[in-house]
Amino acid sequence: MEEVKLFGAWPSPYSSRVIWALELKGVKYEYIEDDLANKSDLLLHYNPVHKKIPVLVHNGKPIAESSVILEYIEETWPQNPLLSDDPHERALARFWTKFIDEKSVPFAKFFMADGEEHEKAAKEVRDLLKILEEQALGVKEFFGGNEIGLADLALGFIASSFGVIEQVVGVKVLQASEFPCLCNWINNFRENPAIKKSLQPVDQMAKKKKKGLCAT
Amino acid sequence: MADEVVLLDYWASMFGMRARVALAEKGVKYEYREEDLRNKIKSQLLLQMNPVHKKIPVLIHNGKPVSESLIIVQYIDEVWRDKAPLLPSEPYQKAHSRFWADFIDKKLYDACSKIWSTKGEEREAAKKDFIEILKQLEGQLGDKPYFEGEKFGFLDIALITFYCWFHAFETCGNFSIEAECPKLIAWAKRCMQRESVSRSLADEKKVYELVLGVQKMLGVE
Repeated sequence: MEEVKLFGAWPSPYSSRVIWALELKGVKYEYIEDDLANKSDLLLHYNPVHKKIPVLVHNGKPIAESSVILEYIEETWPQNPLLSDDPHERALARFWTKFIDEKSVPFAKFFMADGEEHEKAAKEVRDLLKILEEQALGVKEFFGGNEIGLADLALGFIASSFGVIEQVVGVKVLQASEFPCLCNWINNFRENPAIKKSLQPVDQMAKKKKKGLCAT
Repeated sequence: MADEVVLLDYWASMFGMRARVALAEKGVKYEYREEDLRNKIKSQLLLQMNPVHKKIPVLIHNGKPVSESLIIVQYIDEVWRDKAPLLPSEPYQKAHSRFWADFIDKKLYDACSKIWSTKGEEREAAKKDFIEILKQLEGQLGDKPYFEGEKFGFLDIALITFYCWFHAFETCGNFSIEAECPKLIAWAKRCMQRESVSRSLADEKKVYELVLGVQKMLGVE
């Protein structure tokens, strides 16, 4: 019998990606919330190298690093595929996943920094959203094409929690006039039934974030 | 229709070498195009094919670009899948290879570039980090001939291309990597016996000359 466990943390976009992938594929799993300020022995046992969530444990075998986990999920449960069969499309999905993975610093600074540092981060975030809007998404419904794919999950935090961050910080970057495709994508992404059920109501998230819980 | 394969690269780049090794493993004919990075000149083609990062390597296959070295290696593995599979077929082993290749990308480059681009205490700290990382990788290798067992593959490719830079690190840092990680060096020499590797890696003496030149520019001895 299959045993799937996921060690995650609610504010982490890396954790959310894995939850969405499992939900989209209809995989039954046990979710274990890890306290990032006080990491469990079990987490340290399963991910001794980085000591981070998320970690997927499948029949006792641990897999760490969200993008590695997503590819593992895709190969193990091929239903509702997250990657195209076409190698070039697959390479693009991986490219945009890596792109956003390397941009956690400007998003973190946008959320947490003040004054000049914050302004600089806001500009960086706007610039990279522009790249996503024009070069990654274009006129497609999703980054993966007609269906949600790997890159959509990697970028999903923009749809699930960026709006809340903007509210908390009091700065609006993602305007529909400037980013029509991205805003459209956000609606499509949030409306997907598997994604929808895992989204927290916006006001709840805003309250939690105001209490100072980190969102990177 | 014949495949048209172009690789935009820089002779000393350990990332570019990964693509070269993968193409050689698969016996793919391609056109190699050198970017003049030493003089900071990037071709129009590079800027067009990788507008986001403007970096090499870029593989252009029948006009379509693929960027990021590990993504390129996976692409090569998927397109030319009839010969010399690079990634393991079993999902958990694949995940293991991907995890450690990601580890190499996150940790190794920064640690080793600090060995030659800094001095004094910073350099000593970089050496310590670098050896620790290599020891972790050596631990993963164990007593196996290659990282995934009997066959040369993805994770071997991810790491072996750093080998031609080891001479430069050792000379700048005044230490012996073999003394610290004998099994890893034995593995590297084993990989170098493969033509795909020995023909793709840069000459270590030329790499050292390059490093000396950059050090002079930076004002670091």
